[in-house]
Amino acid sequence: MTTQKIPPLQLQNITLASRLVVGTGKYPEYETMQTALEESGCSAVTVAVRRERLVDDKGRSILDFIDCDKYTILPNTAGCFTAKDAVRVARLGRDILEQLTNPGSSWVKLEVLGDKTTLLPDPVGTLEACKELVADGFSVMCYSSDDPIMAARIRDAGATCVMPAGSPIGTGRGIANPCAIKLCIDVLKEPEHGGDPLYPVIVDAGVGTPSDVTIAMELGADGVLLNTGIAHAKNPIQMARAMRLACDAGYHGFRAGRIPRKLHASASSPWDGTIAGE
Amino acid sequence: MITINGKEQPFTKTTLQELLVERNLAIEICAVEVNSILIPYKDRDNHNLRDGDTVEIVSLVGGG
Repeated sequence: MTTQKIPPLQLQNITLASRLVVGTGKYPEYETMQTALEESGCSAVTVAVRRERLVDDKGRSILDFIDCDKYTILPNTAGCFTAKDAVRVARLGRDILEQLTNPGSSWVKLEVLGDKTTLLPDPVGTLEACKELVADGFSVMCYSSDDPIMAARIRDAGATCVMPAGSPIGTGRGIANPCAIKLCIDVLKEPEHGGDPLYPVIVDAGVGTPSDVTIAMELGADGVLLNTGIAHAKNPIQMARAMRLACDAGYHGFRAGRIPRKLHASASSPWDGTIAGE
Repeated sequence: MITINGKEQPFTKTTLQELLVERNLAIEICAVEVNSILIPYKDRDNHNLRDGDTVEIVSLVGGG
């Protein structure tokens, strides 16, 4: 048996050894998060920016449990419903990351949300914020719906990568519309559809199971970003491991080239030489 | 008075850095806005606060 090493994911100046990006929210305790991140094999993690809540009731900060030399830290703009707020939060995140001298300091995972019920992106606000942040020197990883036209607009606005949602954040519904995700990937990555094979597409949000990760990768995504699927699993550490393996499986599965779907059966054993019915 | 993260309190400190020291935040990793303008961490020593200022102090928390 040979083990083919999966090449790293290149996002401008950041090289991610793993194609899983894992969120740090919702874990029952920091220790579980720390071990789950390790088991997931991820090399980039997302964090949120919030009012002074520097330490927990035991005097511990989340930064005590994230090795800044090991992980690229990607601040998000979660909770923002306007472009103005998202830009503001992104700049605050950058100031924090610059103090940590982390490579994620010029990066932002941009979310401009439409409402609290769906947590789906507001396309107008997202585009506006993306343009402003790119002009300000940010590398923008942009959360989007699975609309291929919007995905192309975000790319054209200068985003470093587009991150279409598999399904709404935290729902665990997986890849709700594989055709839409595939269209996003085709438009962004396939030259015959105006794409660039090197342009990164990371499926973000809604992942509930390892097979969801595999499906996203089998569709041709470059990576998957998830949080709740690991953090709220009964055993987050075991689930993190499963997500890592699923990501690898999907990566190889896509490149191996699946068989076409057929209506009629096709026997795997030869008809010639059969003795049945003689 | 000065408003810090939405709470009003008496105005006593002159510089932003002094305010952070008072709140035991001087060595913590955080970012600060005064009146909705980001004050880069390198400028905190030189930024004088004024009565009526609104200060936001933020840090990193878990998120997706």
